Amino acid sequence: MKIVVCIKQVPDTKGGVKFNPDGTLDRGAMLTIMNPDDKAGLEAALRLKDEYGAEVTVITMGLPKAEEVLREAMAMGADKGILVTDRVLGGADTWATSQTLAGAIRNLEYDLIITGRQAIDGDTAQVGPQISEHLGIPVISYAQKIQIEGDSVIVERQFDDRYHVLKAKMPCLITALAELNEPRYMTPGGIFDAYKADITVWGRANLVDVEDSNLGLKGSPTQIAKASDKVRKGAGEKVTLDPTEAVDYIIDKLKVKHVI
Amino acid sequence: MDFMLTKQHEMARTLFREFAEKEVKPLAQEVDETEVFPRGTVEKMAKAGFLGIPVPKEYGGQGCDILTYAMCVEELSKVCGTTGVIVSAHTSLCCDPILTYGTEEQKQKYLPDLASGRKIGAFGLTEPGAGTDAQGQQTKAVLEGDEWVLNGSKIFITNGKEADVYVIFAVTGMIEKRGRMSKEITAFIVEKGTPGFTFGTKEKKMGIRGSSTYELIFTDCRIPKENILGQQGKGFGIAMHTLDGGRIGIASQALGLAEGALERTVEYVKERKQFGRSIGQFQNTQFQLADMATKVEAAQLLVYKAAIAKNTQKVYSVEAAKAKLYAAEVAMEVTTKAVQLHGGYGYTREYDVERMMRDAKITEIYEGTSEVQRMVISGALLK
Amino acid sequence: MKMNIAEYKGVFVFAQQVDNKLSGIALELIGKGKDLAKDLNTEVTAVLVGHEVKDLADELAAYGADRVILVDDPELKEYRTEPYAHALSSVIEKYKPEIFLVGATAIGRDLGPRVSARIHTGLTADCTQLDIGDFPMNPIPGKEQLHNQLLMTRPAFGGNTIATIACPEFRPQMATVRPGVMQKAPKVEGAKAVVEEFNPGFTPDDKYVEILEVVKSVVDTVDIMDAKILVSGGRGVGNPENFKLLDDLAEVLGATVSCSRAVVDAGWKPKDLQVGQTGKTVRPNVYFAIGISGAIQHLAGMEESDLIVAINKDETAPIFDVADYGIVGDLNKIVPALTEKLKAELANKN
Repeated sequence: MKIVVCIKQVPDTKGGVKFNPDGTLDRGAMLTIMNPDDKAGLEAALRLKDEYGAEVTVITMGLPKAEEVLREAMAMGADKGILVTDRVLGGADTWATSQTLAGAIRNLEYDLIITGRQAIDGDTAQVGPQISEHLGIPVISYAQKIQIEGDSVIVERQFDDRYHVLKAKMPCLITALAELNEPRYMTPGGIFDAYKADITVWGRANLVDVEDSNLGLKGSPTQIAKASDKVRKGAGEKVTLDPTEAVDYIIDKLKVKHVI
Repeated sequence: MDFMLTKQHEMARTLFREFAEKEVKPLAQEVDETEVFPRGTVEKMAKAGFLGIPVPKEYGGQGCDILTYAMCVEELSKVCGTTGVIVSAHTSLCCDPILTYGTEEQKQKYLPDLASGRKIGAFGLTEPGAGTDAQGQQTKAVLEGDEWVLNGSKIFITNGKEADVYVIFAVTGMIEKRGRMSKEITAFIVEKGTPGFTFGTKEKKMGIRGSSTYELIFTDCRIPKENILGQQGKGFGIAMHTLDGGRIGIASQALGLAEGALERTVEYVKERKQFGRSIGQFQNTQFQLADMATKVEAAQLLVYKAAIAKNTQKVYSVEAAKAKLYAAEVAMEVTTKAVQLHGGYGYTREYDVERMMRDAKITEIYEGTSEVQRMVISGALLK
Repeated sequence: MKMNIAEYKGVFVFAQQVDNKLSGIALELIGKGKDLAKDLNTEVTAVLVGHEVKDLADELAAYGADRVILVDDPELKEYRTEPYAHALSSVIEKYKPEIFLVGATAIGRDLGPRVSARIHTGLTADCTQLDIGDFPMNPIPGKEQLHNQLLMTRPAFGGNTIATIACPEFRPQMATVRPGVMQKAPKVEGAKAVVEEFNPGFTPDDKYVEILEVVKSVVDTVDIMDAKILVSGGRGVGNPENFKLLDDLAEVLGATVSCSRAVVDAGWKPKDLQVGQTGKTVRPNVYFAIGISGAIQHLAGMEESDLIVAINKDETAPIFDVADYGIVGDLNKIVPALTEKLKAELANKN
């Protein structure tokens, strides 16, 4: 079985963020991690590999630095890593990103594509379903459990107040929730092996069935009109009191604010 | 001479740090208070490959260098001294001698289980009458037919009752050396559950309280002839060489404790306000932190140098001794200052620094006291 | 491939229904849709998709829909991505709306991207504000300034940034909006819907997945988004049994208990109680954050609360950066004492 996992290197949103003059993110300047939903997707793929013996390929679209997240995935157990990077791909919205990834994936054989539900920088949850649309395969989003049955997948698909148990024929695309599993750690040996392995690097020329008009900033239907740091609600008072005093303090404030 | 870590080493550090923060730190206080061996953590570390970092892949290990292993102990110790020493003793004091001195059969038999964490290792040299004076061994091993029969006891053994595989030293005879009779010491591999091998007192300690520190008792304990480790009579040399590696592990533990205490203290002095400002704004505090930070970095450089020496040099006793001597003394100094800078709160168990101070003390004592390290270093200078 | 933008008119809203009950978000979007339609001098149309759901049309009209397009087919009984994507795409191709709004729910955030990709238009997720305006917002020499554009404002980067997005060259301009962000219009009792039925035909193919089972969560608690006071617990509460302290406090205050993501991940509480970026956005009058560290993703879900009171033993916890009143202390001692004192206070008042 061949599984392709889309992963993204994202800024660790605990730090601050910076912008380029045209309103797009200055991603070069930050502390980065593997997107948590993607890591869960990768773990799901690795568990399928452990159980059924699959080949797991991780693919990412990003700056050259994104290679680090491929190495991390390989240190966890992924077999191959592909970096899709090219200047013309920059500034892409979800349409252009999904076009790019679909174009790259068309080079590969796959039974299953797994993406994370959403990235913690864009927070859109759009790229996964859009890739499946471009490739013409079914999509099951918000997967909280994945199993294989012959040539189909059986997936528990989460909704706000219920879940569906769905069956879909492969090839199909699944988007994973971070709650799906507890990802394994890399192993120390895995890290050194990952750096010895070759990463495949693809550019625009390697994308199959994708027009230039659908790539990068120019190919993005949505455009940024304005972007700025959010003015966070400021901190109020902070006190350290013993329990009795703390209780009086709280009750006093609740009265002042007419809560009680 | 490149002081920059490779990308691989940086990634390994990130791995160890994330693991420590997520899995080890939340339990550190409880492990200290209940003195319960953190078996759950050990299982998680086993899964992540932390219990066989420098063991070659052909024996089920990770095949990494000593520097990577040292960084693991360092990062674990930053949040929990107990967890750091569990890995150190297991790896340096049991996996390493079997790897270095074992026969192919012994390596195949023991290393895969040890490196995978299915079994835990320990090292038994110290006796009631033999600490720094290791030659004062009394435990005896007598060859009877196809078996060695062990009699005696070992104390202060780390991973004591929790381990499965033990490297044990015993006196196998008397030999003449330069006109004097001296003890012939030999190393053995003993498995838990061997009849005649029991456990005595569990030590109640000042620090590393979750570490299982036990007395091992051998009463007509019979082990197969094949369980001799290395050659008969070479035991003392094996012990000393093994301790050279162990010192690098303990130096890493001490380094981690010092770093952890420094980090906590820097955070604390930014928050704590007295006289209308944070105490970090007082020059006395600033100068102390500057000294602490400088010493910690110096310790780190010595530890990393010793770790690299173990991979690149045949003999690295002096590097290991310098690293352990300095890191341990820095750990004691930094953790003590950390408590002081935390003031009254630092003395309470609400904050981690008092535990780090209690944990740090042992690093100046075990696997060769600071006095022994000074003997090794001066011995090399003056020979 | 440029669309003929001028052909596209009208504000359309996906009227999400589950088990033949309209979701609150559908009504909220119609409310906002009305405002947008007014600015554009056009109408708001609700698109109702399901099986045997015609009865819901009048409720949509009562909350402001000028027209309801009904797509009713047995294939649409339970939500599945493909038939629903086909339904909406067909509606868009036929009716050419200039704006299409979808709820940012577990349904909408799957359906929206699939439809926008099929149509080839832009989709902006989790909008917190929608306005009609100009793009570029300030005129730029040499660049045409377009008017009557949908300006979609949303948080990104875990809430660290606010961005305003436009979709100038493609139609419809699509946006998903989180429940609880927009307001419903006042209900007009007795309103009757203008219904237009449309069925593009549904032929199952490989993209139609099979539903083997539908498992509903057993929920007998108040929706946390409706609560005026929330008593919210995090990992610091320690264990599921200890939530009793919060239950007791909530009872005295007439409040509802909610939680952080860590608590849901640990299996102590169900997901519908989760506040945060991937949980629910709440705006209660009072939010008690108890044993919650205050990761950015959590703050994003509750920082618009009118009053935030935080209790945490870690004085460096980020929750204190947004709390109006932060108490550094042991929740195990403070919360029960607070409950007792409140009982006494409220007893005195009565």
